[in-house]
Amino acid sequence: MQAQLIATDIACRRGDRLLFRGLSLNCASGDAVHVTGANGIGKSSLMRILAGLARPFAGEISCTGAIGLVDERLALDMNQSLGKALAFWARLDGSSADGEMHALLQLEPLMDIPVRYLSTGQKKRAALARLLTRDCPIWLLDEPLNGLDTQAQNTVEMLISRHCEQGGIAVVASHQPIALAGETLDIESFTR
Amino acid sequence: MPLLFFLAVAMLYPFAVGPDAQMLARTGGGVIWVAALLAAILPLEKLVAGDLEAGVLDQLYLRGISEELAMAVRLLAHWLAFAPLLLLATLPAAALLNLSPDTIRTVVLGLLSGTPGLAAVGLTVAALTASMRGGAALAGLMVIPLAVPILIFGAGALSRPDSSGLLLTAAISLVLAAVTPFAAGAAVRASRD
Repeated sequence: MQAQLIATDIACRRGDRLLFRGLSLNCASGDAVHVTGANGIGKSSLMRILAGLARPFAGEISCTGAIGLVDERLALDMNQSLGKALAFWARLDGSSADGEMHALLQLEPLMDIPVRYLSTGQKKRAALARLLTRDCPIWLLDEPLNGLDTQAQNTVEMLISRHCEQGGIAVVASHQPIALAGETLDIESFTR
Repeated sequence: MPLLFFLAVAMLYPFAVGPDAQMLARTGGGVIWVAALLAAILPLEKLVAGDLEAGVLDQLYLRGISEELAMAVRLLAHWLAFAPLLLLATLPAAALLNLSPDTIRTVVLGLLSGTPGLAAVGLTVAALTASMRGGAALAGLMVIPLAVPILIFGAGALSRPDSSGLLLTAAISLVLAAVTPFAAGAAVRASRD
């Protein structure tokens, strides 16, 4: 798959505050970018801008290929069982519930449990599973390691590198160290 | 829930104004309209805010489903969830208020043509207030003035021999239902920033 994500000279404003400016990003197939920076510096805002959910204060975004976003918003029905909640999105994406992915993320024993009873890490794994069963070349992951145990963290790192090997793009915002075969983008250097 | 609320209003009204059968028959149609309007306000809180908060609308957008389409489907779902049951509940309510068959017919037809408009106003307001704190209370207040035209023509049809009131109600409903997906979609987009 040929994917592309280009951000040119974007700036982000939150209220009266200019969070960052002059930030450019150029990702082609196979690229991984680790976005770092302190809390509140605009990592999540950058991800939403890249996803097209928020408008940048200045600059332009262009992308080729479908975008998949995993952030702190789960978008799963809290009152349904995990299996049903994931099946809703699988139907929408036209993908079948992928047993292999669920096994990889250790979700199989959780399928009958209502989403609201899941822990932070389990919810995060569910959101990642939804991303995996959908065939989209551009991954935007906002703090994907939050709440995950060591084993699941390793799995996520493995999944990201596999995705990039297959020609996908991964932009990962994380304040935690994460093993990524790609460049690091520190928002700190665009704050002024 | 909105249904029980609707029936409760229809049940309380005779207690409040006394058991004068003629007066009930004369004013009952209007009471049903007011009860229907208030019942339409009840589900507004959960209509958009929950999905916005949980990121469902974000994920839909990333799958190429525009806010307008999501809101159009939501409008249909919202109407289906409250209007058909409300129309059914009009029959026991009409019995409680001693309405004549003619009045019942006008009320049911009026509600049938007016409820899409009520649902549309409700959805637009729910989308506008979704990202605010205390949005639900504000939504209730905002719906009432916007729903007044529907109420005037819908309830006004009761005191007219021809069907012009019903037709005007239906016309308002059509306009509102056509505008709402765009208005609510724009409101959802604006609330993301």
